Amino acid sequence: MSSYSILLSQERHVFADLKAVMAAASPPKSGDMLAGIGAETNERRVAARYVLADIPLKTFLEDLLIPYEQDEVTRLIVDSHDAAAFAPVAHMTVGAFRDWLLSYEATPEVLTALAPGLTPEMVAAVSKIMRNHDLIAVASKCRVVTGFRSTIGLPGRLSSRLQPNHPTDDPEGVAGSTLDGLLYGVGDAVIGINPATDNLEACMRLMELFDRLRQRFDIPTQSCVLTHVTTSIKAIEAGAPLDLVFQSIAGTEAANRGFGVDLAVLDEGRQAALSLNRGTVGNNVMYLETGQGSALSADAHHGVDEQTIEARAYAVARHLKPLLVNTVVGFIGPEYLYDSKQIIRAGLEDHFCGKLLGVPMGVDVCYTNHAEADQDDMDTLMFLLGNAGVNFLIAVPGADDVMLNYQSLAYHDIVSLRHHFNRPPAPEFEAWLKRMDMLDGKGRLAPTSHGAGFSRKLLDYRASA
Amino acid sequence: MSNAVDFDPFARFRAVTRARIGLGRVGDGLPTRAVLDFQLSHARARDAVHGQADFAALRKRLAPLGVLHVRSRARDRSTYLTRPDLGRRVHPDDLATIEAGAHDVAFVIADGLSAAAVDKQAEGVLKACLKRLGDLQIAPIVLGEQARVAFGDEAGAALGARIVVVLIGERPGLSVPDSLGAYITFAPEVGRRDSERNCVSNIHADGLSHEAAADKIAWLVRQALHLGLTGVDLKEDAGANGLIGGA
Repeated sequence: MSSYSILLSQERHVFADLKAVMAAASPPKSGDMLAGIGAETNERRVAARYVLADIPLKTFLEDLLIPYEQDEVTRLIVDSHDAAAFAPVAHMTVGAFRDWLLSYEATPEVLTALAPGLTPEMVAAVSKIMRNHDLIAVASKCRVVTGFRSTIGLPGRLSSRLQPNHPTDDPEGVAGSTLDGLLYGVGDAVIGINPATDNLEACMRLMELFDRLRQRFDIPTQSCVLTHVTTSIKAIEAGAPLDLVFQSIAGTEAANRGFGVDLAVLDEGRQAALSLNRGTVGNNVMYLETGQGSALSADAHHGVDEQTIEARAYAVARHLKPLLVNTVVGFIGPEYLYDSKQIIRAGLEDHFCGKLLGVPMGVDVCYTNHAEADQDDMDTLMFLLGNAGVNFLIAVPGADDVMLNYQSLAYHDIVSLRHHFNRPPAPEFEAWLKRMDMLDGKGRLAPTSHGAGFSRKLLDYRASA
Repeated sequence: MSNAVDFDPFARFRAVTRARIGLGRVGDGLPTRAVLDFQLSHARARDAVHGQADFAALRKRLAPLGVLHVRSRARDRSTYLTRPDLGRRVHPDDLATIEAGAHDVAFVIADGLSAAAVDKQAEGVLKACLKRLGDLQIAPIVLGEQARVAFGDEAGAALGARIVVVLIGERPGLSVPDSLGAYITFAPEVGRRDSERNCVSNIHADGLSHEAAADKIAWLVRQALHLGLTGVDLKEDAGANGLIGGA
């Protein structure tokens, strides 16, 4: 461990170690200030960026931010590092790496081959000296394609999670939100519900509800009940029709313990889902959620800034070969991401870092009512992510999640983004919409009356029947 | 889409969910009415977060009960929102004014994240609780300004109370900006963990009523005094369901 310093005019800025450089170089985040590790002045922040730009990428393989002996996520990162894949950039500093990422040499094919050679710390470091423009431009060159019953992440596509949450999991209430979403062509990434309780029987009832609906209309998608991995394993043992195993994950062993998981139980969950062999076009069986600030909130951050810890969560994700990963970027609250500026920045950082590491990254574009943000800011972030080539976005009826009490995107927003960017849903799902006569002559999902045809059939569906 | 349809295909769902379903479309956007309805809900939630609980009015309504107005270390809303550590501690000047006594239960009414919850629910819940716990020694009521749940640990300890009950404004959702939560902690002292508390949440007009909430709180208080603990080892039994989302 060595200290770093730089002389700017008359003032020498000294940083005790590599993680101090990383924290000070980070764009302002209330969570880093709360942790007492954010830059105290604007000049010091830029000083740290100068320092960071001159640090060789190789340094991150040797000077570990969280010790190997103390943390299984660090061990996973180090032990799974692919030196051959790293070779093309092994000689670069962080600054040179940024320039190279933006260059024409860094094509989608080159970036795909590079991903196993990158560690979360390298990717987090370079993001800190990148502007929002850079995060969007480079992420849009990354391709991460996964599959289960639909194929997610193909170039020119935009997928979506349909989130039909209900405060008591009332089956008809859940069905109402689900059917409404299907009428907007939402749900090709997953129909995923946050259950009101982790109770096994209640979760299994929801799995059965979605599986019946899927089979009734032959929908080429997958469902997920976002319960704890151990509950999903029990459901599989009990014979539930489970498609995807869900878990919230974080970037340190201690923070994952706070979620009641470790790498072993995550592996166990994945193996259990694989044993069901329910996928048709692929076998990516995990759905994972993350978000900056969760490790600090669990007092498990080791003095490392919240964005770097978040990138480390993607190493955990990458290991599990998931179908879907998303940051729930604005959910955590203003003590970690204060306002829309911080939320938008974090959303772009998370998407960039995930994609560059080879993770199938989506975003829950969202905010709580005690954050300094509103729906206009979500409009901004969703369009930025559309430009960045995000794999999928989350949507709820009218942007209002009546169970988790926060705001995400509306079903309408997914339709609008798809038409604006000319990015239809997953090909299997698009073909289904066409078969159901939901698309107009230009392939658009146009407004229709729900009085007849497929819409009417959907809305007449009874979940409890 | 402006021509009216003669039926609402979502009618049967609207009876069982508050979700904003079947809103209709204008092109790919939301109709004007739906946009404004959403903005109104968000505005109310924001006002609840940034509003000031009217502690002066509450003090009058609570008379002749003894009341202490106590500030946290967070000097304003912006500090409160970004520094949860400061909202958990009592302002040193105010701490010095609190006198310890032989109290069984201390009630703290904290603004938390919803001034509207304090204004609408706190008095009713408190009085319903006092009615049920009349045989116990109750400390002067603390009105906690810019206060989080753990604020009650320090306030309760200063009062010498065996148990502290914190009635606090919950984070507002779009559908409910004025929901109150109750956190019950045995042997309050600085540093108590969340796993050492019990919680009764969703106290509002469309959720748990003041009387039903007071039943649960009073039951938990008596159990806690009997067992000498609160938290994960104090399980609620029959009649104590409805704690969904209470963490």
